Amino acid sequence: MNPLLGSLPMRKTLLGVLAAAALLILPFVAALGGQAWVRIVDFAILYVFLALGLNIVVGFAGLLDLGYIAFYAVGAYLWALLASPHFGIHLPFWVILPLGAIVACFFGVILGAPTLKLRGDYLAIVTLGFGEIVRIFMNNLNAPINITNGPQGINMIDPVAIGGFKFSAPSTIFGITFSGPQKYYYLLLLLVLAVILVNYRLQHSRIGRAWQAIREDEIAAKAIGINTRNMKLLAFAMGASFGGIAGGIFAAMQGFVSPESFSLIESVMILAMVVLGGMGHIPGVILGAVLLTILPELLRYAVVPVQKALFGEVLADPESLRMLIFGLALVLVMRFKPAGLWPSPDRRRELAEKAR
Amino acid sequence: MSVMDVAKEVLLEAQAVAKHFGGVKALRDVSLTIRKGEIYGLIGPNGAGKTTFFNCMTGLYIPDGGGFVFDGAPLKANAPHQAAERGIARTFQNIRLFGNMSALDNVMVGCHVRTRKGVFGAVLRDRSTREEEAAIRRRAEELLHYVGVEDRAEDLAKNLSYGDQRRLEIARALATDPKLLCLDEPAAGMNGTETEELRVLIEGIRDDGITILLIEHDVKLVMGLCDRVAVLDYGALIIEDVPAVVQHDPRVIEAYIGVAA
Amino acid sequence: MDIFLQQIINGLVQGSIYAMVALGYTMVYGIMGLINFAHGEVVMIGTLVAITVVTFLLKLGLPVWLAGGLGIVAATAACMLLGWSLERVAYRPLRNAPRLTPLITAIGMSIVLQNLAMMIWGRNYMTFPPLVEKTQFEVGGAAFTSVQIMIVLVSAISMGGLLFLVYRTKLGMAMRATAQNPSVAGLMGVNANRVISSAFVIGSALGAVAGVMVGTYYEIAHYQMGFMLGLKAFTAAVLGGIGNLAGAMAGGVLLGLIEALGAGYIGDLTGGFLGSHYQDIFAFVVLIFVLMFRPSGLFGEKTGDRA
Repeated sequence: MNPLLGSLPMRKTLLGVLAAAALLILPFVAALGGQAWVRIVDFAILYVFLALGLNIVVGFAGLLDLGYIAFYAVGAYLWALLASPHFGIHLPFWVILPLGAIVACFFGVILGAPTLKLRGDYLAIVTLGFGEIVRIFMNNLNAPINITNGPQGINMIDPVAIGGFKFSAPSTIFGITFSGPQKYYYLLLLLVLAVILVNYRLQHSRIGRAWQAIREDEIAAKAIGINTRNMKLLAFAMGASFGGIAGGIFAAMQGFVSPESFSLIESVMILAMVVLGGMGHIPGVILGAVLLTILPELLRYAVVPVQKALFGEVLADPESLRMLIFGLALVLVMRFKPAGLWPSPDRRRELAEKAR
Repeated sequence: MSVMDVAKEVLLEAQAVAKHFGGVKALRDVSLTIRKGEIYGLIGPNGAGKTTFFNCMTGLYIPDGGGFVFDGAPLKANAPHQAAERGIARTFQNIRLFGNMSALDNVMVGCHVRTRKGVFGAVLRDRSTREEEAAIRRRAEELLHYVGVEDRAEDLAKNLSYGDQRRLEIARALATDPKLLCLDEPAAGMNGTETEELRVLIEGIRDDGITILLIEHDVKLVMGLCDRVAVLDYGALIIEDVPAVVQHDPRVIEAYIGVAA
Repeated sequence: MDIFLQQIINGLVQGSIYAMVALGYTMVYGIMGLINFAHGEVVMIGTLVAITVVTFLLKLGLPVWLAGGLGIVAATAACMLLGWSLERVAYRPLRNAPRLTPLITAIGMSIVLQNLAMMIWGRNYMTFPPLVEKTQFEVGGAAFTSVQIMIVLVSAISMGGLLFLVYRTKLGMAMRATAQNPSVAGLMGVNANRVISSAFVIGSALGAVAGVMVGTYYEIAHYQMGFMLGLKAFTAAVLGGIGNLAGAMAGGVLLGLIEALGAGYIGDLTGGFLGSHYQDIFAFVVLIFVLMFRPSGLFGEKTGDRA
């Protein structure tokens, strides 16, 4: 036996153990920079979750969805309405979270059923419009009956809690003190591992193959008996459900929701994560989501000191400079890595052949 | 018509199928009958409406008149995936494989319509799902072997040679377990040896009990292979009979020479 | 009745603006199949450039008509240059990239332009100096202003000019040929790069004019104004059938009318449940319904499945 080959699985196991350890201590490493960084890491994971949900729609089934944030909003508002003083209802998370998934899924089917036959770019604008409709309703449904509390949003939303164990407040377990964001981190990590598993297994299944076939050639897919409409609807509904779950967690984590968090630019950002990372390729999508969450934050901290060091004063408005750099980064990555930073091997090959 | 022919059951009946695009009448009330177990040829000059007929039958086009009865029940118009479910499989004149999927995956996805596991099975990977998946893989490997491209199983479909792509497309169609296999110009662009191999393959498929509808330009191949032949010209059926009769029919000769001249 | 007439007038004006912007989207889409998400920002830059130039010239003591004219010229030139560079720098290298790649680039450019504008012009609303003396007219109980008349007239003239260009000149023929089939057009000696550049430049010029019109109409401008305007205009283009010039024009006017009438009557229609602040949803609701029944837009060609 070749000793090198023999050591490969061992090396893989070792790498796995190291990665797991790193993930476990990450919230404490991040805490060295302050709890704000733990929260940023939490958001990175939440976005990974969202991006992987959208990846099912865009990456697997090839449906361009520019209104994905609407499902996130539905989940978030559902949580806000069912677990806050706004209506005085306080349902536990294990009721709201599945409910959020179901309601978001329902919205996905309502939007998808009549529109999924549309050609790619037409679907994009329809989903975009749907996202805007949802946002506008949330912004205005405070009169004549106050449902969403309009632009002010809903406050004092219940955190995730299991019995008396609240995820919002610090608690001490085995002599280690976990802050609220740190506890959410582990919850999110668990959820995101689940969604990674779902993504991976779907991709390598009868369903995943059918999606890929539709993406490659819809007519041929129909001709071999794939019900393309139902398969697309399935992808759409699944993506929507994941969006709904993420939205619920978001509402609980923030304790506050308002329509502002669900603008088109958010949909666009999540799509950018999927495409920039490498559409349809799970590790790529994760990378894209993490980068696009962390990069603007890093810039937020770097923009002022770097300007001071270079010019001795703050010349440009830090907020716009940071977004400007972010926009440029999107453009540059697409210019030099058109298939994304970490595309699937097939897609890389496809592109190399086109270039020839 | 011999006694044996009558005894054979009808598999597909086209009843006065009509289709027009704008003012062009692509099909004028075409009626024909395909019987179980035969190789049925559909020929005609370019633009005679052969592929249009195919597309109507497999649900890609909605006929403007008439319809199809398949295996005892009418075929729904405009429902390609249902045609496949009922047992009609097809290949395309200009090969439509899933180019960025491996040859094996192309055939595995062909099994889609005969398998059932959904999202929950895929995510949970319970025993019955794993068994179904293994069965799909076995079946796909068998079919690759059957058409003779088993060596290329892991290659992307688009990287296969032209002849292998044609054969792979047939394997994918067979994966749907069809009763009727429709081949749209399978010999187009093939050399003599490849055409001969194709002939053997088609006969083998028929011997396995699958009825075959063959659209072909290569008249020699059709006449040598088919049990019965129909000729379309300008969207109308001009004759439907055994090759020996069709070959000598003056209308057929005129249709072909008329075009050639 | 007077509300009806009034809203028709308002809708027509707003619709002319949408149509002008929609043309920029549709030309680029028709020729290269790209949703140029940054087009709304080009319009915004046009408005802000016009404000700066006009305000400066007025301070120098130039008469309003001259300052205004030069302002439009400057805005148009700036936008044409911007449109040209956008294509050259950001999109051209991605001709053979996967379909979504240029879309992300467009989004990136949109973010860049918006923030660049904020750095240059600040985050406050700016007042647009009046270019046309505002006189009010009244017909049948509905009021309209000279500004509104100007907007409709200028749009009509610009769009007429565009149609002439596309259907009566050599460049227009090259554009139509490329839209039909780029590779065949290339074989016939059409320079695809030039055609695509022209589409961007012409679309941006129309956008600049639209930007000045928006500024004159609402009398204010802001670095974020391009976003919603672009979104609506794109919706209009899709409504009419994207890639189709007449469709974009009709879609724009139609969208303006729908919005205006919708805002005027939504209260009555829903028994007071929904108010006029739902104006923005009309565009999208109508779009979804139209596409459900006409999947290629109102005037788009039917693209059937081909085997």
